[in-house]
Amino acid sequence: MDTLQNLGRWALGMFERLGRGHLFLLYVLMGTPGLLFRLRLVVQQVYSVGVLSLLIVTVSGLFVGMVLGLQGYNTLVDFGSEEALSVVVALSLVRELGPVVTALLFAGRAGSALTAEIGLMKATEQLAGMEMMAVDPLRRVVAPRFLAGFISMPLLAAIFSAVGVFGGWFVGVGLLGVDDGAFWSQMTAKVDFYEDIVNGVIKSAVFGFVATWIALFEGYDAVPTSEGVSRATTRTVVHTALAVLGLDFVLTALMFGGV
Amino acid sequence: MLHSRTVEIGVGVFVAAGLAALFMLAMKVSNLSTFKAESGYAVSAHFDNIGGLTVRSPVRMSGVLVGRVSGIGFDSETYQAVVTMNIDPQYDKLPADTSASILTAGLLGEQYIGLDPGGDLRFLKDGDEIKLTQSALVLEQIVGQFLFSKAQEGAAAE
Amino acid sequence: MSRDSDNLVEIRGLSFARGDRMIFDGIDLDLRRGKVTAIMGPSGTGKTTLLRLIGGQLRPLSGSIRVDGQEVPRLRRDQLFDLRKRMGMLFQSGALLTDLTVFDNVAFPLREHTRLGEALIRDLVLMKLEAVGLRGARDLMPSELSGGMARRVALARAIALDPMMIMYDEPFTGQDPMSMGVLVKLIRLLNDALGLTSVVVSHDVAETAGIADYIYLISGGKVVAQGTPEALDRERSPWVNQFMHGEPDGPVPFHYPAPDFADDLLGAG
Repeated sequence: MDTLQNLGRWALGMFERLGRGHLFLLYVLMGTPGLLFRLRLVVQQVYSVGVLSLLIVTVSGLFVGMVLGLQGYNTLVDFGSEEALSVVVALSLVRELGPVVTALLFAGRAGSALTAEIGLMKATEQLAGMEMMAVDPLRRVVAPRFLAGFISMPLLAAIFSAVGVFGGWFVGVGLLGVDDGAFWSQMTAKVDFYEDIVNGVIKSAVFGFVATWIALFEGYDAVPTSEGVSRATTRTVVHTALAVLGLDFVLTALMFGGV
Repeated sequence: MLHSRTVEIGVGVFVAAGLAALFMLAMKVSNLSTFKAESGYAVSAHFDNIGGLTVRSPVRMSGVLVGRVSGIGFDSETYQAVVTMNIDPQYDKLPADTSASILTAGLLGEQYIGLDPGGDLRFLKDGDEIKLTQSALVLEQIVGQFLFSKAQEGAAAE
Repeated sequence: MSRDSDNLVEIRGLSFARGDRMIFDGIDLDLRRGKVTAIMGPSGTGKTTLLRLIGGQLRPLSGSIRVDGQEVPRLRRDQLFDLRKRMGMLFQSGALLTDLTVFDNVAFPLREHTRLGEALIRDLVLMKLEAVGLRGARDLMPSELSGGMARRVALARAIALDPMMIMYDEPFTGQDPMSMGVLVKLIRLLNDALGLTSVVVSHDVAETAGIADYIYLISGGKVVAQGTPEALDRERSPWVNQFMHGEPDGPVPFHYPAPDFADDLLGAG
């Protein structure tokens, strides 16, 4: 009986939080059109969310591309079709690894920082202070960060994929001797702009939306103590990773079919 | 707001790099650069079997890409597949009796339409149909034929 | 509406609960225009909660809160925001925005709520900073300020929009005697010079009694005493006496309620 009660309490709590999260999203979205007149606020946040994530995304993209090149080559060479290496590298990056790995890196680099920042602003009464100054923190603080995350993610994912393709090219063509012409021509022949590139961009936009939403809500909803903020930061990374991987399956099934 | 210049330059670089990456993915990695938005002319052909041919499969003549498959349909009177292909405008001197066959690139590669020029002095134009076609080779049928002929050889030798 | 009333804020029969715990149980309070009113009481009696109720950040269980003739709990969000532009609040921690300089912090409400040019904003900010004696600290970040300086910057920010009233939440807590003296002087000075109405929530008896015109003592969700500082000082009631003179034991016991000490020690074995 106690177990059932605990289960019920847990479920109710979770639904309540889910509801609060959606209301939060609604208010934030209502605050975004007003930002057109205050682009400076958004630019500031694109810097801390996007520009500061650039290094980790570029380096990771390079290495992921190089690993794909190496693994792909070793598998394909057995079938004598190492020219298809570029297709393997490009499709894996553009369809899956670009959006997904970028979103995971984003959660660790930018998402956790957003949560900690908002949580600490709450803990140090900065949000309450703004409210008392008749400034809505959802519009002034949260909405610009949301927009910045949503804008930055597809750009970061595109950079990740592009750098990754060059990483694969470096290993395949530079080190393992795949023909340079075949590398690029096979890729252009097999990678479709709408099917692969556009779908990849849509994926990363969805991930950007969700990752930023989770990070901001966790910060805004955090218990305003140092322990509460640290818990919220952890939750951001865990929940974002789960949400991104789960959504990736759903989106892949919708876009590329097969289910 | 302290270093607003640094911030703005950084964001500028970031957005430019992101757009450049997208552009590179679109033009260099994907086939967007090979689209010439229906500027060519369309010809159609009937096949008994198209095998694994799909929309956007290449159409080649002497190995050169001259167009792409733009549509695949089914003719319910002849029970044949109708393939429409879009030929790039610069290849406007294909003889009217050109034949089309469905070929495979390599042993397990993708399928494409190969065009063989005929000797007609008139040229194919928009809406024409290629009369001479050869269907895709289906591996099972070839293997079946091979076994059948072997069996016949065996029977004849006895 | 009693716009011409002497009282800027009138609270009648206010009750507020957090969970099952009653924080206020039918409180009546008046804040007179142009005066410094102190609200005092032991820690944990919800003094900060009272300020948040006046500012409309919390909604009461029952009762009325009337600020300048407007019933705060019934205001729509935009009306509430308009009212808040005329109220300043000084938070315990200062609540400065940590990513902005001192100058930008004071300029923040001006930039958010007015369409003044940068030159005019600069003049206004420097005037406000001069009033709290920190014009020279304008380029520092909040992390480079001492606690007392942070509160003074927050004070400059609170008066940036020339409000009709300022609420101080524990302004003296954790201050060294010197910065405490500065704050005490500033609260009185600003109140009289700008014609403000001030509310000070505090448990620092000596400093608060020194500047307040009128004092409310709150305990256990009720107003237990009120009057001018002199009147309260002479008050006979043992509780008031204990609080005002800071005696460790009295009607409020030194010990948190516990079972008998001897039983507790022996009972474990």
